[in-house]
Amino acid sequence: MLKINNLHASVENKAILKGINLEVNPGEVHAIMGPNGSGKSTLASVIAGREDYEVEAGEIYLDNENINDLSAEERAHKGIFMSFQYPVEIPGVSVTNFMKAAINETRKAKGLEDMPANEMLKLIREKSELLEIDRKFLSRSLNEGFSGGEKKRNEIFQMAMLEPKLAILDETDSGLDIDALRIVANGVNKLKSDANAVIVITHYQRLLDYIVPDFVHVLYDGRIVKSGPKELAHELEKKGYDWIKEAVV
Amino acid sequence: MELKEKLIASFMAFENTVDLNSPIHDIRSEAIKTFENHGFPTKKDEAWKYTSLNSILKHNYSVFPKHENTIAFNDVKKYFIHDIDSYKIVFIDGKYSSYLSQTTHDGIDVCLMSAALTKPKYRPIIENYFNTIASKDGLIALNTAFSQEGAYIYIGKNKSVDKPVQILHFSTGVEAALLLQPRNLIIVDQNSHLQIIERHQSLTDNPVLTNSVTEIFADKRAIVDYYKIQNDNENASLIDNTFIDQKQESVVSVHTFSFGGKLTRNNLNFYQYGERIESTLKGVTILGNKQHVDHHTLVRHTEPNCESHQDYKGIFGDAATGVFNGKIIVNKEAQKTNAYQANNNILLSDKASINTKPQLEIFADDVKCSHGCTIGQLDESAMFYMRSRGIPEKEAKALLMYAFSNNVLESVKIPELKQRINKIIATKLGVNIGFDL
Repeated sequence: MLKINNLHASVENKAILKGINLEVNPGEVHAIMGPNGSGKSTLASVIAGREDYEVEAGEIYLDNENINDLSAEERAHKGIFMSFQYPVEIPGVSVTNFMKAAINETRKAKGLEDMPANEMLKLIREKSELLEIDRKFLSRSLNEGFSGGEKKRNEIFQMAMLEPKLAILDETDSGLDIDALRIVANGVNKLKSDANAVIVITHYQRLLDYIVPDFVHVLYDGRIVKSGPKELAHELEKKGYDWIKEAVV
Repeated sequence: MELKEKLIASFMAFENTVDLNSPIHDIRSEAIKTFENHGFPTKKDEAWKYTSLNSILKHNYSVFPKHENTIAFNDVKKYFIHDIDSYKIVFIDGKYSSYLSQTTHDGIDVCLMSAALTKPKYRPIIENYFNTIASKDGLIALNTAFSQEGAYIYIGKNKSVDKPVQILHFSTGVEAALLLQPRNLIIVDQNSHLQIIERHQSLTDNPVLTNSVTEIFADKRAIVDYYKIQNDNENASLIDNTFIDQKQESVVSVHTFSFGGKLTRNNLNFYQYGERIESTLKGVTILGNKQHVDHHTLVRHTEPNCESHQDYKGIFGDAATGVFNGKIIVNKEAQKTNAYQANNNILLSDKASINTKPQLEIFADDVKCSHGCTIGQLDESAMFYMRSRGIPEKEAKALLMYAFSNNVLESVKIPELKQRINKIIATKLGVNIGFDL
């Protein structure tokens, strides 16, 4: 589904990603771990199409199509979703209206009519129950005054609404208490199928107890320096990242 | 002949068309002298440093209306807030259109300045209020000299007016270039409540210059909400001079939506005379091309325990330019004043610009005054956030601009008006984002 070849990316002439290779197949969950500043969030943003990052070399393929030159919205229309570490506040635009706009713009891009209002309402009801979101919450301005947990839950609610092919969860566990973490993870697990894939970016192993990865990759200084089964996450939790750094040097 | 000379020469002819026994005959004569002395403001005047009238004064304007024109309601329906019941005072090329209007004398007066200036029963009120708070500079004096027509509204004590008053000015292009000088007088007595929506609309590409003066008197505990919709075409310019006199515990708000026009200057002046008064001045400006807007606000606090809130948002694209000059004066008697002022701007292009200047003159020592102005670009992270959810760049920009202006839009108290403004914004930004903004 996703294939990344020798990806180099920089921001303001500072190299961040220095040759990433990664392949994610349908039905798989990949965890990307690594110390602060290793390039985890940059990788997520580059896959999602953030323009501040310059791709210097390498290719990103989605279903064998090179998406290097596609805009963020075009990538979203093709089924890439990124859950933000710091979701942005949009005053005056309710969660519901924002979702209507996102879904209908995606449909428009596919040549489809707007989703009928009753269908939209049904979908909203169904997905908000999945994330245990109160209906009143949906009429509030997007992310404005939301607690950290509410913001993250709202991100996964949006993911549920948009049903992406590839979901990238960037530090979704940060700022979550244990109950919110369980709800969020439960939501992600319920959305998982043989047809879609998830990349979980996290600093800690905690989230991976709930969203169990098939593969764990360690990102360090812009490269994936180690890959392994889910046990690798436990090892990292126990030993920290220093032994990886030493191994690389 | 220069416009100034033409205007002075026209005054005699004008005087012959109006009642020389009018209570304001002396005021008019005095005013034309003031105009003769001051003339039009130039960039040498501090208050006009960033706004030049040169390009709009060069036209050979017809200086007072000659023809009575008609327009079919259906052709201009879209400029009304037509989905609510309202009083309407409509002018076409400066002349009152009884056909498009709906006035009243039933317990309140919602009618015409021309009637108020000529009929004896209004004389005491005219003598008491007319031209008493308007300042005496050149442009205002010019309006005063030629004052003849406009809206006259008198709301007696303890009346909550059941529907808003819409004041609309259309110009049809019947003159090659037209100067309009509406003069409004609005008096809201104790405990009464009034809402007004005002709009100037040119229907052709012929140049129009409107030099408007409005005096508003809000007596004790009166509530007045005034909404100005400025979305005119790019050959139309507006100089709006609004003066508000507030008495004890009155609450007055003015919202100014500046979405179009070649040059728009808003001189908005609040004078507080009493305790526990609230004044609100809010504005959203969204301009492109070479349009120019200049918001000059003044709030004068003279007595204790009063508040003023100013919140102006500006979005400038292309080569559009803006000015915000917000002056707050707190007299030394006005202790416990709360005065807030914010002016936030987004520049969408390198050629767009805004000059923003807070001016605080505080002579009392126990007050809370704050001011802040910002100039920035659209937040890139927010743009990426929305685009990553499938919302294309143009629509994402529109949503962000909407979000930016939201707290001003939120305080519009007439839902149909709020909806209309949202629609104007969506149209202006060229988006249709699947739900009503």
